[in-house]
Amino acid sequence: MVHAFLLHTLSPRPGDAAGPCRLLYSRVFGSERPDVAPEPPGLQELERERLGQKERMLVVARQVDTMCKLQQQVSGRPAADIVLQLPDEPMSLQDAPAGLFRLPAGDPFGDRKTVLWLGVLSLGFVLVCDPHENLMLAESTLRLLARYLLDHLRLLGPGSDIVLKADKTEVILNKVLPHGQLLFLNDQFVQALERELSATLPK
Amino acid sequence: MPSSLAFVAKYIGQVHWDARPEELRALGARAAALLQQPEPGAEAADCLRRILLVVAATKRHRKLDDKFVDVLERALCLPKCPPQIQVLCAAILREMSPSDKLTLSCHEIQETKLLSTVGAILLAQGNKKAAALAVGQRVIKVLEGRLPEGQSSRHLLPLLSQVISVFPASLTEDQTNVVNKRMVDWLRYASVQQGVAQPSGGFFSTPRARQPGPVTEVDGSIATDFFTVLSLGQHYTEDQWLNMQAFSMLRKWLLCYGGEGASSPSSDDRSEVDGSVMSMVSATSTSSRLLPPKERLREKAFEYCQRLVEQSNRRLWDPGSWGLLVVTGSELGALRKPDGDLQKACLIEAVTIMDIICRQDSSYVYRTLSCLKILHGRISRDLAYAWALLPIAQFFLNHSETAAVDSEAVYKHLFTRIPAQLFHSPMLAFEFIQFCRDNLRVFTENFSIFRQSFPNLFKFLAWNSPSLILEFMDLLPALLGPDTAIEMLHLLLDLPCLAAALDVQLRSASASASERAACDPAAKPASCLEAFRHPLYRSSFQYLLRTEAAPGDSPERLAPLRQLLGSVANSPRVVQCAETVPVLLQLFFNTASECADKPLINQLVLVLLERSDQLYELPAFKADVHRVLSSQLLLLCRLHPSLVVELSKELLEFSGTVGNIQNKEDVYTYVVWAIGEYMSVSYDKRCTVEQINRFFEALEAMLFEITQLRPAASGPPSSPRVIAVLMTALTKLASRSQDLIPRVSLFLSKMRAFVQHPATASVYSEQDSEEILTRATELTNLLKMPSVAQFVLTPTAEVAGAESQRDTHAALPAAMKMVSRFMERGAGFVPG
Repeated sequence: MVHAFLLHTLSPRPGDAAGPCRLLYSRVFGSERPDVAPEPPGLQELERERLGQKERMLVVARQVDTMCKLQQQVSGRPAADIVLQLPDEPMSLQDAPAGLFRLPAGDPFGDRKTVLWLGVLSLGFVLVCDPHENLMLAESTLRLLARYLLDHLRLLGPGSDIVLKADKTEVILNKVLPHGQLLFLNDQFVQALERELSATLPK
Repeated sequence: MPSSLAFVAKYIGQVHWDARPEELRALGARAAALLQQPEPGAEAADCLRRILLVVAATKRHRKLDDKFVDVLERALCLPKCPPQIQVLCAAILREMSPSDKLTLSCHEIQETKLLSTVGAILLAQGNKKAAALAVGQRVIKVLEGRLPEGQSSRHLLPLLSQVISVFPASLTEDQTNVVNKRMVDWLRYASVQQGVAQPSGGFFSTPRARQPGPVTEVDGSIATDFFTVLSLGQHYTEDQWLNMQAFSMLRKWLLCYGGEGASSPSSDDRSEVDGSVMSMVSATSTSSRLLPPKERLREKAFEYCQRLVEQSNRRLWDPGSWGLLVVTGSELGALRKPDGDLQKACLIEAVTIMDIICRQDSSYVYRTLSCLKILHGRISRDLAYAWALLPIAQFFLNHSETAAVDSEAVYKHLFTRIPAQLFHSPMLAFEFIQFCRDNLRVFTENFSIFRQSFPNLFKFLAWNSPSLILEFMDLLPALLGPDTAIEMLHLLLDLPCLAAALDVQLRSASASASERAACDPAAKPASCLEAFRHPLYRSSFQYLLRTEAAPGDSPERLAPLRQLLGSVANSPRVVQCAETVPVLLQLFFNTASECADKPLINQLVLVLLERSDQLYELPAFKADVHRVLSSQLLLLCRLHPSLVVELSKELLEFSGTVGNIQNKEDVYTYVVWAIGEYMSVSYDKRCTVEQINRFFEALEAMLFEITQLRPAASGPPSSPRVIAVLMTALTKLASRSQDLIPRVSLFLSKMRAFVQHPATASVYSEQDSEEILTRATELTNLLKMPSVAQFVLTPTAEVAGAESQRDTHAALPAAMKMVSRFMERGAGFVPG
């Protein structure tokens, strides 16, 4: 089960203008609340919990940001050096920096999690998975998600008002990662999903 | 073209993340008005998007009008609600949670898609557990009955999966059985005919298509058995979609509801029979229809996995022959690379599920065992399938005892081959190390191959240090034992070197044949790449890149290699790796000090002294390592003070070498301190006056050397810290061999001339000089009362122990503080 999906900006290299990494979209599928709580928590407590959840997402985003930088260092290809492609060309994600790391229990989530990330230019795509998830499947799902989001939201095109396209993001997530469930999609299933997506998402 | 980040940043700036409450209210009022129109359109959507953005933004407490929440809820549930509006309403309701205004409930919902949408909202609420639990009940209710025309269970399975993730034990036995039965249908009895294209009106879809053919296997042949996620067709039917979804959630379902109370009384007998007659390809058990639902699902799930294992053996359709396919008019499109990955992911999932089934019902062990043995034989030579070796090994770890088979060969293959060849795959490295972590206890207790493989496992670390450092904090203590400690210390110190060597190895493997042949054995290699194949370096490379521990080998022979690889010391990977070494060293010594006996501690100290000299050429790395080594020296001396006596020859040599002061002041300082502190008969009865005198003479010569005032001083003068620690150590030694007191007193009296000399004064700060003088005066005073000096400067072992716990990093002995205090107090009483 995927605990959460997030999309955030990757902070540029030192010297470049623009701020630290920002969360553009996040969706939590899992629950951090123990199943057996005796009393339903009060509203205030829940509000605190909601903020806590947002904070946790930001913690993950920052760690991904750091990991991505380290990875770019070793690959010898800083993000800014990759030639920007025209928005209409399909983006190749094969060479995009990607990786994974573990978050130990208690920091920042109650249980241990595995974080899979993919950095495409200035954007980080992240799956926070429960331990023992099928990581090979998670990785291909993450790439699929990234590809659809890039295509349908035109994330890399000029004037990309990504934060205002949350409905498209929702539709894509509902198809590719419904309720946080990773799907064993063979190529034919993927093509069927693509047809469904094109039908529901006007370009 | 400007970077997209600039655009993103620009838009973040434009949009109101933290809208004021009245703005939000106004937006809500407008959206409510728009939503109540017969057909809310683009304007409504735009308005809702903005609200969603504000509601989802991080910090501010945002409150939506109660009436607006009500409007959203109603709009969401309208049968005619446009999909885009529905998605937005649902997202807002989900993101604004928690809320006590929500009145949504899933009780009456018949439409499966809406149930899925509402279910997600309810599960996100923290304060509506009953409502969330009702989601699960409702899903089961709908699954149990007959779906109305046009409704699809496709929307429900992932929701069910989310319910059991959020509330793992929320379903009753009857409800579980409903799902168990449906799962069997979906997994085992999906259609093997392709679906018909939806008449979407697209350009290419012909409304009267030919009768769809059967689904095929991944290699293009007609399906030989029931449908699985690896069966291909141009279009899929509803039950084929459910098959895919059911398999996707199967593992979680079995883990949640597959265990406990397995009711097969004669399970052992059955497996004996089945094991012998079971064909590898999905044999059907004739008796399975009589099984209770849970056991029946287990049976069918097992068959499904067996079929996947079989299917994973099929070669993927060669994309090159796609043209031919088009010509022949086949329905099958070309398979792209991802399907190869899917095949592997399926194999991993299948083996993992089989393992779970065996844990829940041991009668499956024999069947699984024979299946996995064949599978292992088939894929063990194919590196592309290396990932699947991990669940197979996990299965053997869990069940080889039950099955009474020896599976050492499986682990041996895993630990020796995979890290050496696939260290550069970050995902595999991560999974491999997780696998080790998860089975640490079993491995350390039962399989020597695990510990023996530490040089191989370190390759993962050296190559992927940022993402694996945390894992190795858990792994290293388990790999460390008295048998591996010395070799591991060497390898840890050579870790950046290992990263560099792996880089060379990888580049060499991808080098063209002509580049490889270019190496001339007679000439000196011009690059690391050439050296990799050069007879001069070959064996050192082989040693550094060994797959198993080689305790007999001598790590000294790596010195030339270290120098050679110095040319890539600035590569980011090597630097990143080097940065992880200090923390691992610290952990190494902490762990080693718990398991090491005295001879081993002596050995560790020797390695420490020897290697402080021989480190990879990275200035920051050297400084960090020296710092850790010195503090660890202290720790080891405290554990085993006699080592100063036992290793007196080596320590004498080390402390008597001027170069050591310049190159590794940290280590030198601590060695001198240890000599002064522990070279005493109160720590070891074997300590003789001769030994004390020898050390005294060596240290005296050193102090003389570094405080000698020459017209043209060679190099900068030593730091005040070294001078202070040398003076103190000399004083301590003199207090134990009192004939030496006049010599040290004389020396101390010369310190004033030393610090006041122009050459010294130009380098030392006033404070430095002051400290040296104060220390010299204190020590001189102390030596005037030899018996007191002896008492003060040689604390009993208990005192030393207590002090050591208080301040482990003190550069100067605790005794010195006592001296100062004593002298300050004493000054009042002792006249002039």
